[in-house]
Amino acid sequence: MKIAVCIKRVPDMDIRFSIAPDGRSLNPGDLKYDISDFDGYAVEAALQFNEKQGPGEVVVVSLGPDGAQETIRKALGIGADRGVLLTCEDAPFDGAVTAGALAGELKDGGYDLILFGRAANDTGNQSVGPMTAQLLDLPCVTAVSKLEIAGGKGSAQRQLEGAIEEVEFPLPAVVTIDEGVARPRLASLKGIMAAKKKPLEVKPAQLGTAHLTIEKIELPPERPAGRIIGEGAAAVPELIRLLQDEAKVL
Amino acid sequence: MANIFAFAEARGGELRKVALEIVAAARQAADATGGGEVHAMLVGAPGIGAKAPQLAAVGADLVIVVEHAALDRYSPEGFAATAAARIKAGGYRAAFFPASAQGKDLAPRVAAVLGVSLASDLTSFALAADALTGTHPTHTGKIITTIKLTGTPAVATVRPGAVRVTGQPRAGKVEAAAPAIDPSSARVVVKALRSSGEAKLDLGEAPVIVSGGRGLKEAANFKLVEDLAAAFGNGAVGATRAVTDDGWRDPSTQIGQTGRLVSPDLYVAVGISGAVQHLAGMRTSRVIVAINRDKDAPIFKLANYGIVGDLFEIVPVLIEAVKKARTGH
Repeated sequence: MKIAVCIKRVPDMDIRFSIAPDGRSLNPGDLKYDISDFDGYAVEAALQFNEKQGPGEVVVVSLGPDGAQETIRKALGIGADRGVLLTCEDAPFDGAVTAGALAGELKDGGYDLILFGRAANDTGNQSVGPMTAQLLDLPCVTAVSKLEIAGGKGSAQRQLEGAIEEVEFPLPAVVTIDEGVARPRLASLKGIMAAKKKPLEVKPAQLGTAHLTIEKIELPPERPAGRIIGEGAAAVPELIRLLQDEAKVL
Repeated sequence: MANIFAFAEARGGELRKVALEIVAAARQAADATGGGEVHAMLVGAPGIGAKAPQLAAVGADLVIVVEHAALDRYSPEGFAATAAARIKAGGYRAAFFPASAQGKDLAPRVAAVLGVSLASDLTSFALAADALTGTHPTHTGKIITTIKLTGTPAVATVRPGAVRVTGQPRAGKVEAAAPAIDPSSARVVVKALRSSGEAKLDLGEAPVIVSGGRGLKEAANFKLVEDLAAAFGNGAVGATRAVTDDGWRDPSTQIGQTGRLVSPDLYVAVGISGAVQHLAGMRTSRVIVAINRDKDAPIFKLANYGIVGDLFEIVPVLIEAVKKARTGH
């Protein structure tokens, strides 16, 4: 199958963030970057489909600053065939803008399957995949935790609140990948070396006007410092008292 | 005076709690912008219209009932086309959807059909004449982003639990409408919907969550976690990624960066050391209790109340104490 996987370069979430003086962005000095978790799962899922089902191509597409080339190289390092980076200063916050640019790139690509991660670790908007599908007029299934493709058809499972939905759809299609489908493999040294020679096309992103913007960002209120109230079962009565009288949750 | 659209989610012929919340959200928005009407859309199999009075009771002036045998289960394309057509025809100032599994699938499609942007997963919001502003936790909850959405209609999803439902009885006139496309022409088809057999209370809705980690040593010991959740009367059971990876618990119960992001009133972490990936999913809980044998475990930095020790000794005592405290009232 010819599969496109749309990936995003996001800040590593393990870092203690601080807010830049503009009040709308993170202090860049703090940041390290990596592929967004669910996008990594999507890359792995694409690789596994083509390993199982014979020849195909996995094209990794990203929208973001030049630094996203590294993120694409990482996907190439574990086996994707080629990459496309649509460059812009910063990845847009407005999912509709991102979807518009990606749809323009993907529309004549002849892809059997277009994969996204369920959500980006940073914005968490969960909108780009289904919006892109709508713009391309393709069937779309979001947040799948299980995915099978055979004979030009797909079947998937979606986790709902306390329930599972089983969904069928024809290809070509857009699918967004949740936890449960695949965990990305580690790159081998050979893979990393090979990735350097794989094609990576870089071109400016065609961005529409954003209608969803960031007014400000803040750190959530600090939690009070953790407090150990005691040891062993002897501490249980004190815990009950605190839950009743102080926290009022019991 | 602007009218507001609300999508009232149902499942299996019953309204979901988020349906009432989203109508309440739309009511707030309508009242804040001059007291326009709230029009709630209710889609389902024939008979779903019987639920309309529940929506009227929390603020719907009009309930648009779309009944069709093929819409008993969710149809992404059928629902999206029908909601989008109505929003367009109705000239609404804003359209609200729950940020539930279904709403997060549906709302981006609707926004794209309408050619507008989407504000996702708002935990608070304010609608004004020129813009919708609101807060949305980003970066796995480590940042609170205030967004601004311009353009009409303003399409947004609102996080479950973010809006308090109060009685705001309205006329709730019922208007029957047809699906905008023939549901049998949809390409994406939901073939089955089955209960995942996990906690009756969803993690996103439960006021109390008790979660277990590797410290439980084996899958069977999750009985302790289940019993503690049951002792609270309203508890759901969560798990760490380590535990769901090992197959001890269903992946849908994983709480963390790649699982569910939850913020219950009370979160009890049993045998959980507190990996960053797990903390990302529960750090916004109101009160956190941790029980762990290692006093240096990262979870204790976050826990309002920590008990150091052997969970197999502590949890059974805690279960009895919680039961006693609850019946003592």
